[in-house]
Amino acid sequence: MDIRIASQIAQTHLLAKKRQTLVAMLGVTFGIAMFITMISFMQGVNQFLEDSALDASPHIRLYNEVNTQRPSLIDQLYPGKFNVVYHQKPKDELARIKNGMTIAERIEKEPGVLGVSPQVATQAFYNNGPIQLSGTISGVEIDRENRLYKLNTRLKSGSLRGLESNPDGLIMGAVLARKLNVRVGDKVTVTTPIGSTRVLRVVGTFGFGVGTVDNTKSYANLSTVQEMLQKDPSYITDIHIKMVDPLQAIPFGQRLRATYGYYTEDWATANTAILAGEKIRNVMTFVVSMTLLVVAGFGIYNIMNMTVINKIKDIAILKATGFDGRDIIAIFLLQAVFIGLSGGLLGLLIGFGLSYMLSITPFDAGDFLSLKTFPVIFDPKYYVMGILFGVITTVLAGFFPSRKAAQVDPVAILRG
Amino acid sequence: MNTVLSAQHVNKYFYDPEKFQVLKEVSFSVQQGEFLSIVGKSGCGKSTLLYLLSTMDTDYEGQIEMAGTTLKGRSQDFLSHFRNEHLGFVFQFHFLLPEFSALQNVMLPGLKLGKYPEKEVEERAMEKLRLIGMADYARKPASKLSGGQQQRVAIARALINDPTIIMGDEPTGNLDRANTENVFEIFSGLAQKGQTIIAVTHDPDFAARTDRVIEMSDGMIIATHENKVQ
Repeated sequence: MDIRIASQIAQTHLLAKKRQTLVAMLGVTFGIAMFITMISFMQGVNQFLEDSALDASPHIRLYNEVNTQRPSLIDQLYPGKFNVVYHQKPKDELARIKNGMTIAERIEKEPGVLGVSPQVATQAFYNNGPIQLSGTISGVEIDRENRLYKLNTRLKSGSLRGLESNPDGLIMGAVLARKLNVRVGDKVTVTTPIGSTRVLRVVGTFGFGVGTVDNTKSYANLSTVQEMLQKDPSYITDIHIKMVDPLQAIPFGQRLRATYGYYTEDWATANTAILAGEKIRNVMTFVVSMTLLVVAGFGIYNIMNMTVINKIKDIAILKATGFDGRDIIAIFLLQAVFIGLSGGLLGLLIGFGLSYMLSITPFDAGDFLSLKTFPVIFDPKYYVMGILFGVITTVLAGFFPSRKAAQVDPVAILRG
Repeated sequence: MNTVLSAQHVNKYFYDPEKFQVLKEVSFSVQQGEFLSIVGKSGCGKSTLLYLLSTMDTDYEGQIEMAGTTLKGRSQDFLSHFRNEHLGFVFQFHFLLPEFSALQNVMLPGLKLGKYPEKEVEERAMEKLRLIGMADYARKPASKLSGGQQQRVAIARALINDPTIIMGDEPTGNLDRANTENVFEIFSGLAQKGQTIIAVTHDPDFAARTDRVIEMSDGMIIATHENKVQ
């Protein structure tokens, strides 16, 4: 019952000073609108960077790390003695994963695995006439690789089918192709580290928007690369794995390492810098947004304080006619809450509008990045957060002036 | 007639700038339906006494009892509720809430008491406004009313909860002769219906027409005299 009278009085106070109310409201509106816009944009950027990094790299990479260091036999027999061995040749160890195909098939059957792509990766030289560039070539089963990296969406020219119909086909990184001055249909000579060369025909180009990939990498058929390396059809050097949930990659990778005894590398380790950048941007966003809201809060604090001072006579009358301290607090706190809520809701609306406008603003990132407009995320979570922050700041900002109002001594005011 | 107010050995001190005794051993009692006035020179302590009786000032020694309730040592919330239910105030400078209409000003203490639903409080408020001849101005904002009109609305507000005691601090202090007459008529009418009126006043004519006059000087009651009922 009391809250109804309090809200009635609060409403009258707010309506009596429309301009002041509006100014206080706009303070909150501005703070929250900026908060929403900034966080949507920052998270959009984070998501975009994470996506482009994750898209181009596997969640887990299983490979055999060739360890050429080995102690000489005499060192093993007499450790700590004065042993001298000259020109010991490193052990000839293959980078192959034994039973790679079988392992790949078994991993594919595990729950939570989105796709597995066994492949042969090696360094290579690309020659086109006088131009000679170094890079890498991956022998893949194109369908499996496509499932992992959505290559069909990454193609800049040509098609994936070309690799199936032409055993000597090559899908090349877009930047690499430009540097070599080749297009779809042109031929490129590829030289492997063991000295074998082969002429492959470019059937497509792709761009991930990640320099290290687009600059150096090409895809060829698995069997072709195996032949180029003069290896048997079971020769596999890498197994790339994508999970349904990227976060599951870390424990799953550790399990794979324990099961198969090969090295694994998960995306979080491979992309530490990106993840760290994301954290820093998040902190920055929150700090700036918080500052805006705190400034808005001080604005409300000021206005509420002024209101209390202006209304000190009214407070004394209310107290004299039987309103107690809690009623007075309710009256002024309700005003603050109203300012916070309405300003906040308006802020959400404007924030949404601004982020929408940002999301349709053309952004020229070059043909490198698959980005036509600014990346923006629309997530209800941020809107809930915005309104919560807004209301909490205004309640805090309104509480202290209200308490001051409740402590007004009516006798001192009424005696004049 | 039963006693509705009694003050026993009330002492009150001011501490700022230095300790000073404003009220000295003030004792008196008031009967139901009595129209009492307190007179005295400025600084004699009559307003201070009224604010003690109003329960808004709780810093005193002695006992004050109203409507069968001892008021010493009660919590602020209890006193607020007590004021709301049993006391009505009319101040020297009208003191309405300027943003509200006359009717809303009268209604507020009634809504706070919550004894009647809103509709009924509104009817009662209209009735009180009619009683003091302000019904035509009910919807006007308080800030648009003249001083005399505001004062009369303030009286209607004091009446809304049918309080046991109505207190006035110079209730006619800034009113002209006609309005003073008007207010006096309302007060004596209420007293005849059984409500108790206590008014602090400077106006000797006003005091002379009340039932009883308490005269104060230097914080003490120096004389009490009954006036003959005309």
